[in-house]
Order: sequence, then C-alpha cells, then structure tokens
Amino acid sequence: MLKQRDAKALIVYITAGHPDRTRSLELLRGLADAGADVIELGVPFSDPLADGPVIQASSQRALDQGMTFDGVLKLASEAAVSVPIVLFSYLNPIVAAGPTALARAAAAGIDGLLVTDLPVGGDSELEREIGESPLAFIRLVAPTTPALRMAEIAKHGSGFVYLISRLGVTGMQSKIASGLAETIDRLRSVTSLPVCVGFGINGPEQAASVARMADGVIVGSAVVRAAETSVDEAVKLVRAMRKAIDER
Amino acid sequence: MTAVGTGDRFGTYGGRYVPETLIPALDSLEAALADAMRDPGFVAELDNLLATYVGRPSPLSDAPRLSALVGAPVMLKREDLNHTGAHKINNTVGQALLARRMGKRRIIAETGAGQHGVATATICARFGLECVVYMGEEDMRRQALNVFRMRLMGARVIPVTSGTRTLKDATTEAIRDWVTNVTDSHYIIGSVVGPAPYPRMVREFQAVIGREARSQMLAQVGRLPATVVACVGGGSNAMGIFHPFVDDAEVELVGVEAAGEGLETDRHSASLSKGTPGVLHGSRSYLLQDEAGQVHPAHSISAGLDYPGVGPEHSFLKDSGRAMYVSITDEEALEGLVTLSRLEGIIPALETSHAIAWVVKERARWSPDEPVLICISGRGDKDVSQVSELLGDRIAK
Repeated sequence: MLKQRDAKALIVYITAGHPDRTRSLELLRGLADAGADVIELGVPFSDPLADGPVIQASSQRALDQGMTFDGVLKLASEAAVSVPIVLFSYLNPIVAAGPTALARAAAAGIDGLLVTDLPVGGDSELEREIGESPLAFIRLVAPTTPALRMAEIAKHGSGFVYLISRLGVTGMQSKIASGLAETIDRLRSVTSLPVCVGFGINGPEQAASVARMADGVIVGSAVVRAAETSVDEAVKLVRAMRKAIDER
Repeated sequence: MTAVGTGDRFGTYGGRYVPETLIPALDSLEAALADAMRDPGFVAELDNLLATYVGRPSPLSDAPRLSALVGAPVMLKREDLNHTGAHKINNTVGQALLARRMGKRRIIAETGAGQHGVATATICARFGLECVVYMGEEDMRRQALNVFRMRLMGARVIPVTSGTRTLKDATTEAIRDWVTNVTDSHYIIGSVVGPAPYPRMVREFQAVIGREARSQMLAQVGRLPATVVACVGGGSNAMGIFHPFVDDAEVELVGVEAAGEGLETDRHSASLSKGTPGVLHGSRSYLLQDEAGQVHPAHSISAGLDYPGVGPEHSFLKDSGRAMYVSITDEEALEGLVTLSRLEGIIPALETSHAIAWVVKERARWSPDEPVLICISGRGDKDVSQVSELLGDRIAK
C-alpha cells in the first residue's frame, strides 16, 4: 500500500459526508492531488468513543445528512482517486452492513480497513473474515501496548501499522508525545510493515518531526477542522504538510 | 467460545470491543480481580465494609397488602435500605477496593439517575480517592439533588452535552476519559455492561443480593421463590439477584424493561424486547439501533433505565430462555410507584417501580402458594420532585 521507506507517507483522514457529500467528494480528489499517499475515509458512527470533539462533530453532521456505509462506498468509487483509500470505522456499522459488506467495499475500490474498536484477539471470527477479504487490514498499536503484544498485532495486520502516538482520543495537541521514537524503534524491531504515526498531529511542523522518526504521518482532526472552513483550506493544509515532510 | 461465567463471553455476547489503548488495562484488571477474589484478606475487607458501612445484609420484607392485591405472597429484597439508597453501592465498594489494590488513585464513573454516581462519590470519599463523574446534561436536570450529593462528597460532576445528553453519552465520555488517563485511573462502570471483565465483575459484586435473598427466602418463607422479578436498564440489580438462582431450574426469572411511551413508539428503552444484537461500549449485546447500525436514542421516565444497550449476560439469558424479559410503560411505572407507597409504606425508585408494576399488572399469573420475590433496587427519594410534578394533582387531594 505504501511506497519505499525513504519516501515518507502522508495519510489523511476525512469523515465521509462531512461537511456535506459534495464537499466530501471535492476533498477526496483535492487531497489526493495535494500529495496524500493514502486517504482514510471515516465511516460515521453515532457513538465514536475513540474520537475527540472535532471528529465527533463531523460524524454527527455526516449522519444528520444521511450518510451510510454504502453511501461511503459510493462516494469513494465516484471520487475514483489514484491513491489507496482505507475505510476507518467502528465495528457496528460494518456488521450492520451485512455479510457482503467487505466484498462491496472491495468492489467500490476500497483498499483497506481499519476498525477502531476491534483490537487483535477481540473477535477471531470477524478478524479472520476481514483478514481473508481483499482489503488490507490495518491494525493499531497504542502507547500502552506491551512488546509481546506488538509482535502479535503486527503479525495479524497488513498494509501498515497505525501507531497511536499518545494516550487519549483523536484531536490536535500542541506537543508530540515524549518517548515516541523509542516506541517506533520497539515496533520496528518486531515488524517489517511500515510504521505510521497518528493522533494529535496539528500541522506541518509536527508532521515533519514525526516523519523524521516514522515511515508515515497520519493527520485527521486538523484536516477535518480546516474542511469546516473550506475545501481549499484543507487542501492547502495538506499541501503544506506534504512540503514539510518532503523537506524535513 | 467459553462457557458462561468463565472467560469473556456469554454465548456470543460480551467480548472486548475497545480501542487498543485499553487492552492492557483490561488485562491487568482481570488479573487483579482474579487475584483479589482468591485473597481471603480482600474478601474479608469487602464483607466487613458491606456489613459495617453499607448495612448488609439488607432485609427481606414481606408485603402483606401488596400480596393481598396480587394474590401471591410477595417478598421484597430491600436494596433501598443500603447506604446511599440503592444496590449500586455493592459494586462501587468492590471496585474501589480493587482500584486501591491496583494503586489507582483516580476514579472515573458515569451515571444516569445519579445513584451510581452517588455510590461512587461515597466510596471515594471514604477511601480518599479522586472522583470524576460524567452525567448527561438532561439527567443532571432530572436528578439535581443527586448532583448536589456527589459534589457535597467532593466529586467533580462533568456535564455531558453530546448526543442525547443521557446515560449513553455519559458512558461514552467516561470511556474517552479512561483512554486518556488509563495509567492512573480506574473506571468504575455502574452496570453489567462494558468490555470484559466488567459484566462478570459487576455481577460478582452484585450477586450478594441474590445470595442473601436466596437464604432469606429459605429461612423466612421456607422455600425458594417461584418467580424473581427485577427491573433492567443495564441490568445490574437484575443480574445480581438472578445469578444465585440461575441453577435453580424451578425458579422463574423475569427482567422488566422500560417501555417508555410504548413499545410501538420509538420512545422506549426495551433493548431486549425490541433491539437487535450489536456492539456498543465495548461489548456485543442487544441494542436499540437502526438498520445502518447507528445507535438509537433510548427513552424512559427513569434516568437509570434510559439506556439503549443492556448487559451481555441478559442477552444470553434471553436467547437461552432461562430468563424472560417483559416491559412496563412510563405511565404504568408511575402507578407502580404509587401502589407500593400506598400499600406498604415504601416509596420505590422509578426504576424499581417497573418491576412492581409488572407484578401488579400480571396478577392473573400468580397463585397463593407461589412466592414472588421482587428486587427493590432503590428508594424513590431522588424521584420525589419529578413524580410530584407528574402526579401532583392526582395525589394531593
């Protein structure tokens, strides 16, 4: 899913259907053009317990306008962007979408899936189903994850490993978590998958410093907030992050 | 898949559907719980606190006038007489002891009616622990007195303004706090919900209700009850009284959910009667949700039952047929509250009133030689101002 390790990846999250469907479509295309290597497309959920206020509000807004799982797929296939799209979801909307949900996602051109509330070992049957689907299965590692479990998580994932940079929910932070470099090293010692870091990255400067340590940088809330102003604002932010990462 | 009560599933229900960050904390909680339960010192301290601080055992009262009304000997398990006025304290004492044992000095809780929040604030004051309680803004309005009680005992009550501003959103917000402060905080969930090991742990701490009731029935009535009835929101008082009777095949177990404005409307909290299996707050269980898997807001006159999910073990007991789940409307619950107040001089909580109302409504089922045991999960003091607004004219004259 990602290129060579020396070209640091920029992974951008947006909530499908936020601020509305039209602008969501413009965002998908604009962000790909602005230099996003992967787009994480958020499937809105009524009770996003791992998300901070910005993404919570964006989910609610998308739901209020009728966004659904299949609506997300339609949006992705209509956007027809050249970069991979990973669905970022809570479990319940995926399960509710029925037994063919993963096949429909693959048919719509979705490349991967990340499920916030399905940790490794949480539901072996569902995990096997996702693992055997055509989608890459992106798994998360947290700052609290012990070394042994890191290896187990990496073994059960594909695409890249999503390293949560700090304790807490999604949202911008003024500082990068201390000890991040050590966590990345520990994770690298147990996996050959690219290690991408997300949660709390607020702008180009932080993106560049994370890119010095990790294989990729994931940015969400900052872009979602910018999108509330305008599509251009979000695109501009991503372009600035791309530049900062490349010139780090 | 593991058997009921061992491991993290009840049939296909339960599990640990949580962000990765919480997994190590759930592992250590599970280990600490197992370790504590094997430690005679821990068990003795818990028993001592339950006896000298909570006031256990709670009495089993007969109810002669209610019995005459329904045509069966009705016995009342008096959790309303516990310190803080409800069964919730049984669980908070156990979990606070466990938190202290794990070296966690900061306690997080969610609350609906405020009873669990009060019970948590109480034990935190007793142990000198920091206490943060999340409560929906709407519930803070409905239960202003309990908000004051919590603050009086030194707890910080944080209003939750997201979503429906009730128990569901308070729980979501409490989990967000826990994800952020997991290294120094313990989350005391108030019901048999949440990720494993919470549903089993909370049941263990609440099973004291059923253990006492079972031996009190044998001692005072000379037999087991024919039927055990309890209200179900998340379902902790019901699970606590049901559990010690599950192996007594002849004892019928009945959980009473909140039908709100009616099961035919979309304003109710009857997850087991009208919901479908789904994942919320860390476990798989019956859930009020739409076809897209979005959680549907619940409604009940009682803040404590106003929750779209239910404990996973209840889902298992429903599917296996071991327990039966019925429902009672807001209006019927109010009648139940009045009935028990008039006939027995006991003002029950609105939650509890659902169980009473069902026993009265179903009087055709009962027979004079088959005792009915009702869990009086809490007292109605907290509801008096709300009820006086709703019933004022009907009662005063």
